[in-house]
Parts: sequence; C-alpha cells; structure tokens
Amino acid sequence: MWARAARRVLRAPGGGGRGFASKAGGGGVSAGGEAAPQERGRVPGDVIEHLERLALVDFGSREAVARLEKAVAFADRLRAVDTDGVQPMESVLEDRCLYLRPDNVVEGNCAEELLQNAHRVMEEYFVAPPGNITLPKLDEQELFSKS
Amino acid sequence: MAAPVLRWSCPARRWILANIDRGPRHGRGSPTGSRSSGKRGQSSVAQQPLATAQKPRKGEHQWAAVVGLEIHAQISSNSKLFSGSQVHFAAPPNSLVSFFDASLPGTLPVLNRRCVEAAVMTGLALNCHINKKSLFDRKHYFYADLPAGYQITQQRLPIAVKGSLAYSVFVGKNRNQVINKTVRIKQIQLEQDSGKSLHDDLRSQTLIDLNRAEGQLRVDANISVHHPGEPLGVRTEVKNLNSARFLAKAIDYEIQRQIEELENGGEILNETRSFDCKLGCTVPMRDKEGKQDYRFIPEPNLPPLLLYDSASLPAGADPQQVINIDQLREQLPELPRVTREKLVQQYGMLPEHSFTLLNEVGLLEFFQNVMKETRAEPKRVTSWVLNTFLGFLKQQNLAVSESPVTPSALAELLNLLDQKTISSAAAKKVFEELWRSGGKTPAQIVSEKRLELMQDQEALEELCQATMEKHPQVVMDLKKGNPRAINKLIGLVRKATLNRADPTVIKEMLERQLSS
Repeated sequence: MWARAARRVLRAPGGGGRGFASKAGGGGVSAGGEAAPQERGRVPGDVIEHLERLALVDFGSREAVARLEKAVAFADRLRAVDTDGVQPMESVLEDRCLYLRPDNVVEGNCAEELLQNAHRVMEEYFVAPPGNITLPKLDEQELFSKS
Repeated sequence: MAAPVLRWSCPARRWILANIDRGPRHGRGSPTGSRSSGKRGQSSVAQQPLATAQKPRKGEHQWAAVVGLEIHAQISSNSKLFSGSQVHFAAPPNSLVSFFDASLPGTLPVLNRRCVEAAVMTGLALNCHINKKSLFDRKHYFYADLPAGYQITQQRLPIAVKGSLAYSVFVGKNRNQVINKTVRIKQIQLEQDSGKSLHDDLRSQTLIDLNRAEGQLRVDANISVHHPGEPLGVRTEVKNLNSARFLAKAIDYEIQRQIEELENGGEILNETRSFDCKLGCTVPMRDKEGKQDYRFIPEPNLPPLLLYDSASLPAGADPQQVINIDQLREQLPELPRVTREKLVQQYGMLPEHSFTLLNEVGLLEFFQNVMKETRAEPKRVTSWVLNTFLGFLKQQNLAVSESPVTPSALAELLNLLDQKTISSAAAKKVFEELWRSGGKTPAQIVSEKRLELMQDQEALEELCQATMEKHPQVVMDLKKGNPRAINKLIGLVRKATLNRADPTVIKEMLERQLSS
C-alpha cells in the first residue's frame, strides 16, 4: 500500500495524530481576505490508518490520499471567514420545525419481509459474525501491498 | 431497534483514605520530620524524633475516588423513539421492527412526542435545568446490533442538565441512623437503544434481534482515582452490572485495583471492563483498541428540539406540535420525598418507615386502605404492615398485589385487637390463618379457634385466686422477692384460661390480689 510512502512525508504543522483538522474553532482569523498561510496539508499515515478503521474505506493509492488532502485544503478555506460573534449553524434544517409524532403503534410486524434482505438468517434472527473482526495490522498489509 | 432510552449521568465524589498496609497509626513520620505533605492523615506526629528510623511507608497518601454513573432507562411508551414500531417485552424476534429500525436506506427518524414529555418530566423530577433547545447527534461505531453504524443520541446539547437527587442512607446497628446525601445529575439525554445480540459460540456466530436491547434499566460505572488537589486520573468504564449490590462491589473493587496499580508504579488504561460477579472483580472487556473515536456529527435529519413554557408559547400553535414545560410540571405526580414527608407528619411514623412503605410496590396503598377501615393507632398499623405483613410477603417472595390478606381483613383484625377482643399473641395466630386460608374473616377464625379473650373479669379473678391457692410455694417465692415467680404464676393462669387472657391483665390482677 501507499502507507509506507506516506509515513515519510512531512507531518502537517498542526500536529500529528488526529490533530491536523482541529485548530481552534470560531473566530480569530484576521479580517480581510488574507488568511493565514495555508500549510501544505499532508495527512499523516497513522491518520489515514485511523480513518480507514473508522469509516471502513480503503485509501488504496497515493492518488486517493492526495485527493483527500485536496478536499481538506478546499474546506479549510472556510477559515478565512470571520465568524467572531456568529453562532454556528447546526444544520440546514435548523429553522425547520421538528415534527412530533403521537405515541401510536403504526408499523412493524414485518419480520418476514425484513429477513428476506439478509444474507443469512436463523429462525427469524439475523446472523452476524461472532464479533467485530479487526482489520489486519498495517505491517501485515504491506506484505500484500500493491505498489 | 430505536427503543427509546433516557440516559443520565451523575458524577459523584467519594473520598476514601486507603491504607494498603494497615500498620499502626502512630509513629510513622519521616526521620527528618520535614515531610508534611498535607496529604497525610490526621495525626501529625512527624515532629517526634523516632527511636527507630522508619522508611516512609507506601500507600499512606490520601486518595480520592471519582465515580460517575451512566444510567440507561427505557421510557414507558407505546412506540419507539424514532419509529412507530411497538415497544413490548418478549415479542418474537424482529417482529417489532420497522424499516427505519432495520436501517434500510431512505428511512428517516420521526421523534415520538411521548418520549420528549417523559424526558422533560424526568428532568423536572430531578431538579434539572431544561434546555429549551436541544440537539440530536450521531455517534458512530460498528457492531452487528447497530445496523445503521451509528446511534442517534444527544451529545452536544441534551434535553436537561445540572440536576440533583437527594437521598438518604440508613446506617448504624439497627439501620435507624439517617444520613442525607445529594448526588449531582450532569445531564439527561434521549437516545436510541441498540438491538439485542445472542452469542452462539457453538457455531461461532451472533444472532441479532432488532426489537430492542435487554434490560429496562442498565447502569455503567466510570471510575478513576487521584490525589486531592491533583488532576483527575484516567477513568475506566465498568459494564455488566446487574444489581445495586454488584454495582457497589464493582466500584469498591475497581477503586482498590486502581490504587494498588498506581501505587505499584503501574498505569491505568482508559478501557472498558466487565464485572465478574462470581469472582467479585473487574476484568478487561474489549480488545485493546485504545480510546473509541465516535466521530460525533449533528444528526442531519432532525432539526433542533424546541420546548416552550407558558410565557414563550407561540400563539395559535398546534398543541400537538408544541411541548409546554410548565404544563408538564403541573402534571408531575407527587414526588416520593413529598409523600414521605406527609406520612411522617400525618401519622408520626419514623422516616425509615416511610422509606420502606414507598420502596415496595403497592405497599403504601395497602397501608392507606387499612388505615381507612380501622380504628387502631397509626403506629400499630405501621408496625403490623411493615413487620408482620411485609415479613410474610418476603418469606414467600410475593408482591403486595399477590397477598392473600386484603386490607379489609387486616383492618378488621386490628380492630379486634384494638377492642381487646383478642390478645396480641392471638392476633398473630389469626393472621397466620388468614394468610393460609384466604376466604375466612378474622371474626370467623377467632370464634372457630376460640381465641377470644376472656371478658368475664370475675371468672378471671377467681382463676387467679385458685391458681395462687394451688401453688403456695410460688406465692412464697414471690413474696420473698423472686422476680421470676410472677412470670411463673402468669404462665399458670394463662394455661388455666386456655390462653384466652392477656398476660398484662393477669399480672395486674395477681399483683392487686397479692397486695390486698
């Protein structure tokens, strides 16, 4: 995998681990268009590994990681906006009314239908592996790496 | 899935002084006498020069334990928190599951009004501040009983915060000394429950039922230790606690374990542990993944939850779509603390009795029904209900609702006792018979077993005289001043009356006759 190469890359000045994206939020950016000089936001190897476990994605190549880095850099441009004294937005729905449903039973009772979707069932139970199967460790992966 | 759950966390402080090696309290100071760290215990004998130089012992620093409880309580509602599936115990697997509960693509959560009301009422009962605006978030992790890959919860801004609960602990030999304590409630939040997993080790698989998880009330404990004045220590989470007793044991064990580990130079891992009730110890549970990263994000499908009070209620709003905190506060039933205070004032009962009355389902109602129909003193009724009645229930592991003795029957029995128709001892016998044979009334049992007290005072006087004449040596003993002789006489008279006379009445009569 790409990971061996990625590890040798300069770490982002924001700090290692997961710290790269978590600069102090909120305001503090200088007014006017001039943002602080953007770091070349390289994503460290252990962060990639961490993301792959959390989201079960596979950054299969150096290009994919580069695309991730570009996406993060693109989003980072939001920091140029002065948000001093501005309440953060919760979601695009935040001005909508949250609908409250009355406490009546109106659905369910469709076990057969639901179980049809399952890969394996046993007597009306879904069947799953015995526990979480951990991803193979990075070192093992390198053995199988595609360059 | 998506059974509605209230989660509340209460941080509590506990201070303990842990001496691992329980040596003698005196005589431990450092030879130089200058080590007054202030963390040491009470006796500051460090100034004394010591005959024998002692090394400062390990385990003498004061430790403080911090314990937080995470309590998951299932809300009593007809349908689930985010879907219209039924909430019902012990239904066929996956029969109470809607498309949303199965996390099929395209389904959306729809918030149950009743669950919000329940959360607000819980917050009010626990003296919380109700957040007029609260938010829903997604907590991501992978497990087979969580098909969506995330749980909808309220992490950033829950529905209620900063509450408290006052409670009493009974200590002392007779458990009659009351210590009043308060615990802080950090927050109350609404969240989904996961499904239920059944582990099939034989076939190395897990069976998933998405109806709901087990247990209507679950507790996890978070425990850490530190030296007072220093930052908090690393905490561990202990799960699999099935009773209050195990909760206490697990916490005690874990505190000791952490202290010993740290005193021996080890470190505490931020991990999840399980309580092994057979061994009485905690063991690591999950494999060493380190701290879980739940990647909290706002739930994009649910706008903020807005609550109102009478002042802020928008005019002309659909009452089905708004929740008024003030209205819910008025609908709160009388809280136990208030009920207990009323009992103490109205009936003059001891506080610990009021606790017992309220801690057993249906017992208070039973007591009040007896009180309605009897002329007996409240103290006597309390004693009979809490000792005799409750004792019988516990012995046979019955609930109040399953009692063979009705409040009316007990009331009638207590009336007979009050009128001195029967003696105390006879009353107990009647009660036993009432318990055994549900149908008869106390009056019937009394007449069947001939348990009435002798009403004829003259006949009793004659019997006393006769007994004393028959046993002159006992009378002599009594006149000589032997205190036990009177009891013997009373016993003899009682026998003669076939146990139908009150011992205290007999005693009075005998003493009167003797003195005349």
